[in-house]
Formats: sequence, C-alpha cells, structure tokens
Amino acid sequence: MNVFAIIGQVVLGTLAEIGALTRFIWLSVSHIFRPPFFWRLVAQQMLRIGYFSLPVVALTAFFTGGALALQIYYGGNSFNSESIVATIVALGITRELGPVLGGLMVAGRVSAAIAAELGTMRVTEQIDALTTLSTNPHKYLVVPRVVAAVVTLPLLVFIADIIGIMGGFVVSTGSLDFNAGVYVKNTADFLKLDDVTSGLIKAAVFGFIIATMGCFHGFNSKGGAQGVGRATTNAVVTASILILAANYVMTSLLFAN
Amino acid sequence: MSEAKIELRNVSKRFGKKVVLDGINLTVPKGESLVVIGGSGTGKSVMIKCVLGIIRPDSGQIFVDGKNVLKMDASEREKVLRKFGMLFQGAALFDSLPVWENVAFGLIQGRKMKRKQAKDIAIEKLAKVGLAAEVGELYPAELSGGMQKRVGLARAIAADPEIIFFDEPTTGLDPIMADVINDLIVDSVKDLGATTLSITHDMASARKIADKVAMIHKGKIIWAGSRAEVDDSGNAYVDQFIHGRADGPIQMEVLKP
Ligand SMILES: Nc1ncnc2c1ncn2[C@@H]1O[C@H](COP(=O)(O)OP(=O)(O)OP(=O)(O)O)[C@@H](O)[C@H]1O
Ligand SMILES: [Mg+2]
Repeated sequence: MNVFAIIGQVVLGTLAEIGALTRFIWLSVSHIFRPPFFWRLVAQQMLRIGYFSLPVVALTAFFTGGALALQIYYGGNSFNSESIVATIVALGITRELGPVLGGLMVAGRVSAAIAAELGTMRVTEQIDALTTLSTNPHKYLVVPRVVAAVVTLPLLVFIADIIGIMGGFVVSTGSLDFNAGVYVKNTADFLKLDDVTSGLIKAAVFGFIIATMGCFHGFNSKGGAQGVGRATTNAVVTASILILAANYVMTSLLFAN
Repeated sequence: MSEAKIELRNVSKRFGKKVVLDGINLTVPKGESLVVIGGSGTGKSVMIKCVLGIIRPDSGQIFVDGKNVLKMDASEREKVLRKFGMLFQGAALFDSLPVWENVAFGLIQGRKMKRKQAKDIAIEKLAKVGLAAEVGELYPAELSGGMQKRVGLARAIAADPEIIFFDEPTTGLDPIMADVINDLIVDSVKDLGATTLSITHDMASARKIADKVAMIHKGKIIWAGSRAEVDDSGNAYVDQFIHGRADGPIQMEVLKP
C-alpha cells in the first residue's frame, strides 16, 4: 500500500478526531451557563467523583510524600538535610506530585467509570431516548460531570497536599529522626500560598480533562460491549496523556519567572 | 384526504459506503396510524431516527406540521420534539432510574413538572399498560423483556404526545402479550388522538394497528396503501413479505454453505 495514503489517512483521522472533540467541548461548555441547571445531578456526581476518590488519592499522597522524603534524604548530603527535606517535600507535593498523581489516579477511576456508563447508555440508545424526552444529553449527562470534576478535583488535591506533607513528616520524624518542630517550621517558612494555588489551578484543569475525556469517549462509543470497553480504555489513556501534557504547559506558564 | 402531519421527501442517508436510505418519500396524515413493514436491516429504524433528529440525513427534506425540521435551529427543534413520543426497539430505559422516574422523565426534565405530581401521572400511565404501582419502584434491570417494553410504551405516551413512534413494539414478546401491546397502542392512539408511525415485522400486529401500510425495501418505499389493500396489493414484494416466503423477489443476504 502507498505510504502517503497511510500517512494521509492517519493525519485526516487525527484532524477529524480533534474537530469532533472541539465540537463536543463547545456543545457541552455552552450548556454550562444556560438554564435549566441540574443541581441534583451535580451534587450526585460530586459525591461519586470527589468523595469516593478520597481513599485512593489520600493513600497515593501519603506514600508519595514519604518516599519523597526518603529519596531526598538519601540522595542529598546529610549536611543541611533537615531543612531541605521539609522544603522539597512541601514544594514537590503542592506544585507537582499532588495534582499530577492525584489527577492520574482519579483519571483511572473516574474517566473509566464515566466512559463505561455513558458508553453503555449510547449503545443501548438511552442517549437517543433523552433527546426524544426533550432533554439535551450534553446538558443532562456531560455538564454535571464536568462541573463536578472541576469543582472537586482542587478539593481532593488540597487534601492530598496536606496528607502528602504529612507523609513526609511521618517518615522524617519516624525513621530519619528529624525534630518535629523544626520540620513543621521549615515547611511553614518555605511554603507560599502561590505554591498551593498553582497546584489547585492545575487540579481544576485536570478535572476538566478527566470528565471531558470520559464523556467524549463514552458518547462516541459504538458496537456493543467491545465498543464500550474500547471507549473506557481510550478515555483513561487520553485523559492521562493530556494531564501530563497540560501539566507541562501549565508549569512552564505558571513558574516562568 | 386530511393534511400531512409528517412528510419525508427524498430522504437519503448512507453510512460510509453503505446506502441505507435511498430517497424515501412518505407521508403520515394527521390522526392516522401508519405501519412501515420491511425486512431486517432495510433502514426502518434509521428512517425514524432521521425524523427525530437523532441521525442527520445526507439529503432530502422532512416536514412536521408543514415545517422543515432540518432547517431549524436547536431551540426550534426542541419545541418540535416535544410533540413526539418514542418507543425504542430495545426499550432504551434509563437503568440508573427507577421505573416510575423513567415514565415521568419527560414530565420532570422536559416540562419541569413537580416530582410528586409527575409520579402520580407515571403510576396512572403504568396502570394503563397493565403494570401495578409497585413496579414503579423497581429498576429496569429487574423487569422481564415484555415488562420493559410496556414501561417503554408508558414512557412514550406519558406526556400525551401528538405524534408517537413505535419501533417494533411486539418483537420478542409472546403472542398474547404482543396482542395486549397492540390493544394498548390502538387504545392510546384513540384516547390521545395521536398520529402514529409504527415499524414492525409482525403482520398480525400490523393488521391490528394500521390505518395505512407502507413497505420499505433497499432504502426505498416500494408500496403504500390502506390496511385492506395489503392482501391484494398485486406487489410481489409485499406478497412475499406478508406470507413470509423465502422465495421471491426479496433475496436475503444469506451465504449458503
Ligand atoms: N449508526 C450507524 N452507523 C453505521 N451503520 C448504521 C448505523 N445505524 C444503522 N446502520 C446500518 O443501517 C442499516 C439499517 O439499520 P436499521 O437499524 O435502520 O435497520 P432496521 O430496518 O431497523 O432493521 P431491524 O428490523 O432489524 O431493526 C443496517 O445495515 C445498519 O448496519
Ligand atoms: Mg430497527
């Protein structure tokens, strides 16, 4: 087969996908601010996306904070390590690891769940049925999930920040014999509000990515159980990659100076 | 002859290379019951979805009450959709909602009715299709196929629509239940004075609910007439279909070993 034909097909396919995604996002976002609003559904989704992700995110943050503390201690020279460990754990968790790892964990859980649910609704014609009952599927299905994810991800990451720093603290004071008071003081001295808010802004963006990818792939799934499975996988993979890419872009913008 | 409630002019639709609708012309007069018969995979469901705006045809015009729905913007279209009720081939019940909320869905979400009042109406409609109020508290997955069809029917008529589409209302039901559904359709049409378009392979059902019959084959309407004319249509396709013969002008795409 002609190489150019294959390249052309891939390029066209990718462009078509980007076009479809842009259209999907536009259709959904344009409904966020137009009544009617489905508050009950937003609350329900916040519970599912936020509350039920807490254990996963908390455990991830705790172990990451602990491992980070060990790594810095072993890697750096022990001279001065007491202040360096506390600082780097605090900055690393709030700026990067809290939002990114939290985002990835929630992507695995929530994007998959959303894609599977909406994908099943698509192949069993439930999404078509919504249209015939004078209910816009974007408004009813996509908007509550996107809004809930954008609101809850920063909350989750804020909790992850606290628990991650605690993980570092527990390991430092427990197995590295650091002084607890000094550790807390070092953390408080070096951690600035900007570090935390930058992480929370990232988290909101990741929330948008997670919900949008889940909904987009669910909406476009076709062909029965296999199609739903494929949509689920695609949702998690694209959400994860987009989170990492968006994180890079935001880090370079937020910390440019 | 009374005025046309729905009119399709030259409607065509293809998926990839596969031509599904190839210039459909069809009129449903106001207050009448039209039954479309035709083989599996001939595009009957696709045709109905084109009228509902779930699938956009490639070309042609579709008029509802004299207005071309393909030229409408989203909000006009939503208004037109309020006139419709639809029973899906696979029932397409929302499996996250209890039965009564499925039936009341169009009233609560589409018409902003209070939940309490909508529930009363839902229970009344469930009674119409022969289901007890307790069934309303169950979830769709807990129902048999026949019960799901009946719930789908209750949902389709819940908002007293002017136009109702029934996609294979009796497929997969035992003959007695099928006849019960036929009676329900005839009754609801009489009670509501609705215009209906039904799709079926089931000639007993067609004979019972039709005022007019049209036959679709290879994406075209090849015959249309009144119920009485079906039996001596003089059309070889229609004859073969209503008598269910394997031999005739309609060749099923079956690969013989
Ligand atoms: N979304 C879609 N994408 C691609 N092809 C489709 C789609 N929907 C329907 N088709 C194709 O269109 C053809 C007609 O489908 P349709 O569901 O209208 O058949 P039907 O007449 O309702 O058949 P049945 O009586 O079995 O329900 C089928 O060959 C199907 O493969
Ligand atoms: Mg069909």
